[in-house]
Amino acid sequence: MINQSDKTSNREIINLANQPYKYGFRTNIEGDTIKKGLTEDVIRIISKKKDEPDFLLKFRLKAFEKWKKMKCPEWSQLNFPEINFQDVIYYSAPKQTEQLKNINEVDPQLLNVFEKLGIPLTEQKRLTNVAVDAVFDSVSVATTFQKELQQYGVIFCPISEAIRKHSDLIKKYLGTVVPIGDNYFSALNSAVFTDGSFCYIPKNTKCPLELSTYFRINEQKSGQFERTLIIAEENSQVSYLEGCTAPMYDENQLHAAIVEIIALKNAKIKYSTVQNWYSGNKKGKGGVYNFVTKRGLCAGHNSKISWTQVETGSGITWKYPSCVLVGDNSQGEFYSVSLTNNYQQTDTGSKMIHIGKNTRSQIISKGISMGNSKNTYRGFININNKALGARNYSQCDSLLIGNSSNANTFPYIFVQNSTAKVEHEASASTIDEEQIFYLLQRCFSLEKAIAIIVTGFCSEVYEKLPSEFSVEADFLLNLKLEGSIG
Amino acid sequence: MSSNIPILEIKKLQACVNDTEILKNLSLKINKGEIHAIMGPNGSGKSTFSKIIAGHPAYKISNGDILFNGKSILNLEPEERSYLGIFLAFQYPVEIPGVTNLNFLEQAYSSKLKAIKEKELDSFKILEYISKKAQSIDMSETFLYRNLNEGFSGGEKKRNEILQMVVLDPEIAILDETDSGLDIDALQTISKGINTFMNDKKAIVLITHYQRLLDYIKPTFVHVMRNGKIIKTGDFSLAQKLELKGYEWLEEV
Repeated sequence: MINQSDKTSNREIINLANQPYKYGFRTNIEGDTIKKGLTEDVIRIISKKKDEPDFLLKFRLKAFEKWKKMKCPEWSQLNFPEINFQDVIYYSAPKQTEQLKNINEVDPQLLNVFEKLGIPLTEQKRLTNVAVDAVFDSVSVATTFQKELQQYGVIFCPISEAIRKHSDLIKKYLGTVVPIGDNYFSALNSAVFTDGSFCYIPKNTKCPLELSTYFRINEQKSGQFERTLIIAEENSQVSYLEGCTAPMYDENQLHAAIVEIIALKNAKIKYSTVQNWYSGNKKGKGGVYNFVTKRGLCAGHNSKISWTQVETGSGITWKYPSCVLVGDNSQGEFYSVSLTNNYQQTDTGSKMIHIGKNTRSQIISKGISMGNSKNTYRGFININNKALGARNYSQCDSLLIGNSSNANTFPYIFVQNSTAKVEHEASASTIDEEQIFYLLQRCFSLEKAIAIIVTGFCSEVYEKLPSEFSVEADFLLNLKLEGSIG
Repeated sequence: MSSNIPILEIKKLQACVNDTEILKNLSLKINKGEIHAIMGPNGSGKSTFSKIIAGHPAYKISNGDILFNGKSILNLEPEERSYLGIFLAFQYPVEIPGVTNLNFLEQAYSSKLKAIKEKELDSFKILEYISKKAQSIDMSETFLYRNLNEGFSGGEKKRNEILQMVVLDPEIAILDETDSGLDIDALQTISKGINTFMNDKKAIVLITHYQRLLDYIKPTFVHVMRNGKIIKTGDFSLAQKLELKGYEWLEEV
């Protein structure tokens, strides 16, 4: 008896292999690395190495005091062994003897690393419409188009440089959106952060370029604690993109960043992330712990902050890009695609805090779980008693591929006034056999069939990404899907 | 190539789903240049027949064989059958949310070119090719930018199946009730598309309930299927007779 279904059902969408991680190479670059462990002295060393003003050292030490009294939170749907914070290196930088005057002085080997990652930095090769800040382990190695941006009054530089050169802005805004004691990891970051990007868009200015930061962890034992601060003054606009990769190591690397963004009256900030940290091997060994606090403050009337994220990497992802909608008529948005495979775990979503009148927020979250992974959406909508006429719409869709993956949705909704409108929709689905058969009949291979269904599933979110990155994001996702079908 | 090998030959085919036998000893030979109409009451196994040819995994073949240009295709996956040039226009085309018709057609056509080792075209050439095909069956270009079958009316879905057929240009097309639910104008458009597609190197199987479609597309043979086998074969006049008398007068052989 010939069974027509035998071969096809054997090809059931089981998780056999992961596409090899393309960015998993390690670079041997002579480093200036301090010994591992976290003490007050270490913080003083970091601050000194960065030649920081006194107020910042105080900020760090205060955060460290808070952190010591806090405990690692345990409420997430994540399983990981206790992190030994004394086993982490808190400062690691490629060695350079003196302050660089221009990009040509950057170690060519470092430039090669970024070129290999598709981020050429030299003037001849750099991307023409995007200004890039390249961060390697603990420090920013180069920022392109800085001069050109200055003509518009836009400041785009490593945050360590901003701390020295624009300390008034740093004093005014650092830690105002994410206070140092906000949570365990934000306290840690505030104590030990080493670099990150700083963007300042002056009044009435539309930033002429996309701003982008590319994070690369190289050192095996080093944690990356970057700090990003974006300020958009009245009537200004900016679009910012963040990309991340790391080499493949058996041990987990810790990444605990803070992103604070502030939109004043009528300002619009769009923040997009394509996160592709190393996610561990097929058995779940290794991979980056990505524990990040991202929060935006819509301080002014009519301001708008929009988070878009495509998350495919990291062993564990734990983050909730949020908006605090203080200004009347302000708007917050969160669009997310999160794909997990093998033993990856994510607990992600968004928080929308409505304080001003007629504030609006929208959440669209698409989770795809494959293999033995665990994909959790957690959302928090809080409508304050003064937020009259506030509205929220949340939509969470989960797509399960295979039989061993896991998807959860935890929406928390608190409404304190009767004029608010809050909607929440959620769906969970698997890939329909009839859809697959239809596509196979139309000359699609099984892999391509699944890829196009997943692309379609995510299309609402892709549309929100800057166009050149939506192609990239889709490509990245398809890479992840390849080889995931038995 | 000897032209006497049929495009599709079904030999004493028995098939079941779960443990229910659906096709019982079905035989059929389809040559190049022929149009075969398969009629029959509901539940006689017509749709199952079409899905089995296309390789749907839910059905088990317990006996018999299916030959395409003389070679058995029983062990081929659905996509391998589609590469060979077997096309099925679905009775109920599925929706793929978020995927534009154009993106879908581009990928389908590229995969086909790749599979048959033809030179692949760049996306401009493909767009040009697809637009021309859409025009040839009076489909407006706006169709291409809508999501695949999402929110399409019944008639639009059926027309979209015909568009996919002319884009993929198969050797044999099995059209499963493509005429159901169409108004007269749409029926004429679709028939025009099918007639333009047809030539002496291809073959078509029309599964239908109505003689109406056969007024526009002249079948070489008309078969009546009942309880999983073909119980009568004739020419166009058989369809006319069925329209008048129904199926009851036919005795099972």
